[in-house]
Amino acid sequence: MQHLGRRLSGLQKAASSSSSSRSFSTLVVTAGDAQAGLAPATQHVISAAKVLGNDISFLATSKEAAEKAAAYGGKTYLAEGARTADALAPVIADLQKAHGFKHILAASGDVGRDCLPRVGALLDVQPVSDILEILGDKKFKRPMYAGNAIATVEVTDDVVLATVRPTAFPPAAAEGGGGAIEDVSVPSCKSEFVSESTKTDDKPQLGSANVVVAGGRALQSSENFDNVLQPLCDKMTAAMGASRAAVDAGYVPNDMQVGQTGKVVAPDCYVAVGISGAIQHLAGMKDSKTIVAINKDPDAPIFSIADYGLVADLFEAVPEMTKKI
Amino acid sequence: MLRPSPFLQNKALVCVKRVIDYAVKVRVAKDKSGVEIKNVKMSMNPFCEIAVEEGIRMKEKGLLTELIAVSIGAEKSQEVLRQSLAMGADRAILLTTDMRTDQELQPLAVAKLLQKVVEKESPNLVLCGKQSIDSDSNQVGQILAGLLNWPQSTFTSSIDGTAEALTTEREVDAGIQTMKLSLPAVITADLRLNDPRYATLPNLMKAKKKPLEKVEAASFGVDLAPKMKILSVEDPPVRAAGVKVADVDELVDKLKNEAKVI
Repeated sequence: MQHLGRRLSGLQKAASSSSSSRSFSTLVVTAGDAQAGLAPATQHVISAAKVLGNDISFLATSKEAAEKAAAYGGKTYLAEGARTADALAPVIADLQKAHGFKHILAASGDVGRDCLPRVGALLDVQPVSDILEILGDKKFKRPMYAGNAIATVEVTDDVVLATVRPTAFPPAAAEGGGGAIEDVSVPSCKSEFVSESTKTDDKPQLGSANVVVAGGRALQSSENFDNVLQPLCDKMTAAMGASRAAVDAGYVPNDMQVGQTGKVVAPDCYVAVGISGAIQHLAGMKDSKTIVAINKDPDAPIFSIADYGLVADLFEAVPEMTKKI
Repeated sequence: MLRPSPFLQNKALVCVKRVIDYAVKVRVAKDKSGVEIKNVKMSMNPFCEIAVEEGIRMKEKGLLTELIAVSIGAEKSQEVLRQSLAMGADRAILLTTDMRTDQELQPLAVAKLLQKVVEKESPNLVLCGKQSIDSDSNQVGQILAGLLNWPQSTFTSSIDGTAEALTTEREVDAGIQTMKLSLPAVITADLRLNDPRYATLPNLMKAKKKPLEKVEAASFGVDLAPKMKILSVEDPPVRAAGVKVADVDELVDKLKNEAKVI
């Protein structure tokens, strides 16, 4: 694949008369890693950038993230404090115009999804969302219909703007080190970042947790989510999720919803408790590595995709499981 | 504190899309050209419903004077516009096209068409869903904001109005982010923003009398050709069913020793 990427870009190089020496490089947007440095998702994006086989540069929005990105050896641009899309998008568009990046990649997390389409407006480029696989310089696989269809797409624009699904690429290790950091100015904008609050309960985040335990309508009440499901979540250091049925019934708030209209998760282990497995729900979790289903209906569709299925009353099985783990 | 005054002359556009209903199991066409859309139940994209609901609530609070629902798609997209009108939108505009809106008519072109509508109607706010559940692009609102050079609030879970600006809360990876944006602005709705109301039968009847303007999308002079070519659409890899375990002990044992996830 790397070979293919190099060959393709070589062909383009021959056909292009661009004057910039960095014409065929990739810009990885690490923004969103903010205070803590480089988020794990960015390491996965770097792997995707390596598949393309060109020089890699970075764009960071904090000094900490810039230093960590520079450890991967590329030139790093620091747009300090660019925390809203209308500040960051012009920075990216200007960098592209100055340096002729052929690919601009970001993780398909909040910042990438917020910002890259806006860059698309500024560069008149149709962005590609959530790439799963790189088939060539401009050819990618991406999911549609919540992963129920996989499209192979080819970009016809000169520049590829893409968000990368982190779970589809392995994390890259830092190598080379000591890339230069260059400050770039951030334009004034019409929106202002006020604050960010991480969830107060310091439990794992649903989108990034290694283990997710999710409950459905069979939990019957919000108290049961707290008393029956929460202890198992705590024991497994899991984030708690829910089906749309449980959200619609008012047992849990809808930011916990896993599914096509909620969050799409792909943890190492997904435990579906009292969830029948409607298509809507499966769309949000079927890429999990190991799926466990606990349901008293042996014909529930969830068993058709579960690696381990237990036909049992959740009110007995879950407390027992909590005790035995 | 809510101060309606600056909004008194305000109208908002709310963008709605007709998509395959979320409960339908989609089928990929044998020739790999796309997903089968004929004879399949269609409905309003769930995130668009939330955007419509929010627009109506802002109107009910006196923050908006007029809410205009806009859709781009086949003639039948009138259905989702009528639904928006029945929920409480004042009038509707349909940009008709024969192009498939799940893969052929792409976000950049959609945003350019919406830009034309914005230029004509001069709204102070554009509300969209954060993404459509067919193409899953999550791009239109952001591209539109970029084209207009307006601020944007994506994945929005709360909106509050003040004299000069809106304060929004956004669902971000780490939790909740609060931002302020001056108007005019583009806001895309996340699931948590509200619970959309049902359109009652009397309101559906009334909605039939509300104005619905139809214009051909091609008449706007926007290049609608897809810039991202769809080479093929295929089924995802099939996940095989696993085993059923007899009891909790066996399950815990398998998770510890076979799957090694705990």
